[in-house]
Amino acid sequence: MIGIIDYGSGNIQAIRNIYKQLKIETFNVIGPQDVPLATKLILPGVGAFDEAIGKLDQSGLRTALDKAVLQNKVPVMGICVGMQIMADSSEEGTLKGLGWISGSVKCFEINQTNTVPKLPHMGWNDISVSNHPIFDGIDKRVGFYFLHSYFFKADKKKDVIATSFYQNEFDCAINNENIFGFQFHPEKSHSNGINLFKNFSDIL
Amino acid sequence: MLRSRVIPCLLLQNKGLVKTVNFKDPKYVGDPINAVKIFNEKEVDELMFLDIDASSTKTGPDYALIEKIANECRMPLCYGGGVKSVEQAQKIIKLGAEKIAISSIVFDRSEIIDEMAAVIGRQSVVVVIDIKKNLFGKYEIYTQNGKKKIKRGLDKTLSILEEIGIGELVINSIDCDGKMKGYDTELADHVRDLVSCPLTILGGASSQENILNLIERYKVIGAAVGSLFVFKGIYRAVLINYLDNNYRDKIFKIASERKN
Repeated sequence: MIGIIDYGSGNIQAIRNIYKQLKIETFNVIGPQDVPLATKLILPGVGAFDEAIGKLDQSGLRTALDKAVLQNKVPVMGICVGMQIMADSSEEGTLKGLGWISGSVKCFEINQTNTVPKLPHMGWNDISVSNHPIFDGIDKRVGFYFLHSYFFKADKKKDVIATSFYQNEFDCAINNENIFGFQFHPEKSHSNGINLFKNFSDIL
Repeated sequence: MLRSRVIPCLLLQNKGLVKTVNFKDPKYVGDPINAVKIFNEKEVDELMFLDIDASSTKTGPDYALIEKIANECRMPLCYGGGVKSVEQAQKIIKLGAEKIAISSIVFDRSEIIDEMAAVIGRQSVVVVIDIKKNLFGKYEIYTQNGKKKIKRGLDKTLSILEEIGIGELVINSIDCDGKMKGYDTELADHVRDLVSCPLTILGGASSQENILNLIERYKVIGAAVGSLFVFKGIYRAVLINYLDNNYRDKIFKIASERKN
């Protein structure tokens, strides 16, 4: 069963509703004892980096999650700040990240001469994807909904499975073995989001 | 390329949806959950819900209703109305909204913006400014459903917001509200030059062409729409609707032709 990590950040119910519609069972991961029950994990997140990682620490889930993801290779999908906290560090905060995929979270460098809005990057944007089954059936032109000022910069190019463009090209989806991260909000991206959740449930 | 957002803006009163004209005479237009279901089908870019009683009657946000709306929404949700504290904002984000709109509290204590940003992230803090032109053609800010005039001027307010940094600014024209006679582009021009955050214009959308014109003018903008997406025809029969596909294609085209 897919476990959705409930640590007080991110939109858990929206994700559960999508899976319910797909007739795929999910449950909320609240305590460390729940983690081994999950065959897959989703780490949502909304808000500031330190707030999110701080909450995850307070939840007492950290050790169990590290074990599941790093040792037992349980597939995990981070969303928005849930993806960002998988990095080593962030320019947005001072706390360390989970360090699950090597990289750091950076603020967009904004060209002041541009006339378009600067920060945050807010709205629907198209994506360029590598040939990865997680993107099967996805309309790249429609893309996904983004809402952020910081982005995950992966240290290794091979960990990047999709990029998008906002003033510059940036990494918007990462993958290393069982670990996936998406900067956009698939739970708020209509049929593309539903497809992505479906694909995540199908992989491995 | 990032596309402009076309956002149905729905007003809540006593758990129902209403639509006003110049912020007055709320007319009942239906059930909010039903409207969300229809907008899901139409795959709208975003939804904005504003509770028009929550602030002025001091009842505060209706959490049960927000939760129901958020659970149903398959697109990003912005909620506004009666939010005065970080705790309230945090609670609503936890219920599943992506963005929190605040207005009157900003004029009481602008520190609230930084306080909220530290918890929910700056990108999720939306400020709504309701504006009416006075007899001399000067834009003035109102709160409390257009009942309370704010002494601080528009330009001064915008420079303060620009300094602090917010996620999004929604400019709501009281004069244009519900009139369906077109956006106030003079007001939008004025504001666009003074802020660098994402800007959304609300009030007056008269047709899909009018929305497209707004987007062509600013390239990246939020076009919020009230009456046009809930009424149909000259008798204003209630019919939830959204952009036709050919207009959506034109918005894609504007985005793809942009250089930055």
